[in-house]
Amino acid sequence: MIKDTNTIEILQPERFDCAEESSGQVKINRRTFMQLLGTGLLITVTEGVSLGQGRSGGGRGIAVAARVHLNSDGTITVMTGKVEEGQGSRAELTQAAAEELRVDVDKIRLVMSDSDLTPDDGRTAGSRTTPSTVPAVRRGAATARELLTRLAETRWDAATGTLDVHDGTITNKKNGQKLTYADLAKSKDVTVLFKNSVSSDVALTPVEQWETMGTSVPRPNIRDIVIGAHRYPSDIVRPNMLYGKILRPPSYGATLESIDLSKAEAMKDVVVVHDGQFVGFAAPSSFRASQALEAVAGTASWKTAPHPSSKEIFAYLKEHARTGDRSRPRTKGSIDEALAKADKVLSETYKVAYIQHTPMEPRAAVAEWNDGKLTVWAGVDGPHQVKGDLVRALGVASDRIRVIVPDMGGGFGGKHSGEAAEEAARLAKAAGRPVSVRWTRAEEFTWAYFRPAAVIECKGGLDDKGSLTAWDFTSINPGGSAIDTPYYIANTSILSAGSDSPMRQGAYRCLGATANNFARESFMDELAAAADTDPLAFRLAHLENQRIRTVLEAAAKHFDWPSRRKKVTPETGVGLACGTEKNSVVAACVEVGIDRKRGEIKVHHVVEAFECGPIQNPANLTSQVQGCIVMGIGGALREEMEFENGKILNASFSRYLVPRFRDVPKIDVHLINKTDIPSAGGGETPIIAIAPAIGNAVFAATGIRLRAMPMQRALREQL
Amino acid sequence: MDATITLIVNGTEKTVVTDPERSLLDVLREDLHITGPKYGCGEGRCGACTVLMDGKRTFSCSTPVSMANKKKITTIEGLAEGNSLHRLQQAFLDEGAIQCGYCTPGMILAAAALLNENPHPSDEQIVEWMNGNICRCNGYTKILKAIRRAAAQIAEVKIP
Repeated sequence: MIKDTNTIEILQPERFDCAEESSGQVKINRRTFMQLLGTGLLITVTEGVSLGQGRSGGGRGIAVAARVHLNSDGTITVMTGKVEEGQGSRAELTQAAAEELRVDVDKIRLVMSDSDLTPDDGRTAGSRTTPSTVPAVRRGAATARELLTRLAETRWDAATGTLDVHDGTITNKKNGQKLTYADLAKSKDVTVLFKNSVSSDVALTPVEQWETMGTSVPRPNIRDIVIGAHRYPSDIVRPNMLYGKILRPPSYGATLESIDLSKAEAMKDVVVVHDGQFVGFAAPSSFRASQALEAVAGTASWKTAPHPSSKEIFAYLKEHARTGDRSRPRTKGSIDEALAKADKVLSETYKVAYIQHTPMEPRAAVAEWNDGKLTVWAGVDGPHQVKGDLVRALGVASDRIRVIVPDMGGGFGGKHSGEAAEEAARLAKAAGRPVSVRWTRAEEFTWAYFRPAAVIECKGGLDDKGSLTAWDFTSINPGGSAIDTPYYIANTSILSAGSDSPMRQGAYRCLGATANNFARESFMDELAAAADTDPLAFRLAHLENQRIRTVLEAAAKHFDWPSRRKKVTPETGVGLACGTEKNSVVAACVEVGIDRKRGEIKVHHVVEAFECGPIQNPANLTSQVQGCIVMGIGGALREEMEFENGKILNASFSRYLVPRFRDVPKIDVHLINKTDIPSAGGGETPIIAIAPAIGNAVFAATGIRLRAMPMQRALREQL
Repeated sequence: MDATITLIVNGTEKTVVTDPERSLLDVLREDLHITGPKYGCGEGRCGACTVLMDGKRTFSCSTPVSMANKKKITTIEGLAEGNSLHRLQQAFLDEGAIQCGYCTPGMILAAAALLNENPHPSDEQIVEWMNGNICRCNGYTKILKAIRRAAAQIAEVKIP
């Protein structure tokens, strides 16, 4: 009886070697929770075993079976709720599992980000994969290895510690007896054993014994990418699928009062959905869906709402800041006394524009309903989290929704929300057919959330010896990341104040840390100049954090800071900056060229030193640091959202200028492998030093202090 | 009015009956399910949709399909010869010049067109040519290394 079965279909064929896949569907008795992961890869977990569903932050307390499954071909399926979006989680988590299972990486089949199959490891955000999910996967893998070793000990009546596990084979050192993971794959004993919870205190392989971790393992599916075989969320095609387009308001805050849909409804093969503010169209091609949209868009009547423009945004944010009685700063010593006593007091305000993430792949999702169950393939940062959003938005029970995230085309913190998934689900329900919704670039620029704009007010006091004695830092709107100063200052007052952002804002690579570090490190440079001290010496004189000192000194040494600082001309400047966030540390030295006629800043050379504990994958970490540097140059020099009357004025790559090949400087990355602390993530913090280093270099060349990102505009306004 | 359009895609002749104003990109992806070419901007400013049309670099997002009638279209799916990767594909693997990989097909095809026209480009020529392609992971440094590596190996590039 259909009622008594659950049908779980293989929905990610490209992820597995499943050439022999037959019907793609199996019918499974409802009393048993089963997971099908490819040909022969059937996981059976009796009801009542926690699979970590609904949990977050590393899946503590989940069954080993929810993390690790042995396959009879000697491969091992490992499951994680994390997403691969270019940051390298697939390689890193594969390495983590391989290390603890004592197998080569090519034996690991990593299943990622599927709300039906994988534990909830939390959103892919905040550089948490390395410090949180890697240990969770390692604990799962190490627990599995220990359980299997114990099983072999029992079978062979061998004493504890007499067995060796290597290359997927358990060997009795005494008599040479062998048992492979493949041998054990079909064992009922293993099925029972893997119902045990992942041990929270299982011993993990120490850094000095790492064989696979710490090496430059390439992304496991990299070949699929260069041959065009990988299917991104926007590439998913389902049988009988339609393409969707959504009616968007003409401006922020506008609400739909009426619309005449008759022309679209009269079009052949077009499905029209109107539900409150939602108006969408599905058709056999996106071109046809667009035609339907265009046929009726002009009949819509909108009630618009006032919206501040980008020109007045900083005054607006300041005016609406929750400062004063509404929030209190964290203080140390007495800031007022220290400022009153100071030999010199500086006071400046820094500004940072709203910017967009603009991942290469805009939001995309395919939705398909079968017997009231919704399956969605979507480009989002958290399958379990977006599933929760869909439960709320659609009023569908949690166990009736499955969200799958195929490795996607970039995110940078910008894909926490599942708008396209919800839109596709609504259209697919009405159409009775799968629907693909792929946002256009203009939609992504306009309707995805932004990195927050910022207004940051800094006040600093120097004593007569040029030491920093007072630090007053009020950061409005970007958030509290990296708000604390890492410098030793006796009297401080630090406040992260919210505001009433008229733009929808959210996460971004390192979020507010870029704004806060831009203000802090630029202002430190101003204070160094006021103290008539070299910016490097000034920072070192106030830095107690040994990790930051190490990267700062490394960057300065590799850049040859002292001699290059002496060679500064009005056209060529050098600058430096450092910082810390998410338990990693960074320092950058840059050389810039100034074209005064055109008001252009060209970054010639960047030397960046970075340290995030023991390096798990040097090649991938290098890519992340290089990527952060160039992405950081974009926000530092040119990127900014321009808006007026609730409309984005530059919602295209021709008007919003992201870094291109021509903008790429000579980049030297120095990674410091610090092995006596836990690993931290490395995909975000390397972005925070570049903007202030550029601004400080422009000052060194021109004497012009740029206090607003993007700095190219700021320079033009001051030249 | 729909038109009958013939495309020779990766060596295979395909006929579609469709609105001639649709983009080549949409027809490849939605009608032929060839998803290697990606949508990135819709205005020929990012290169994610790059294909080779009669061997020339072409932004398929801003090329009406009617312009491609009877033309040879090469997408990333058609660049390797059997299991033997094109040298640019191999160079991207060897340099690890991929982060999210969404721009990769366009990058490789743009570079293939460059090496076809100019087998020994200078660094400046590579940068100028490739400037039409965006990588938002900003992995440009390794992409440049990959193209240089492939260029150093290639005496003559044949575009299938």
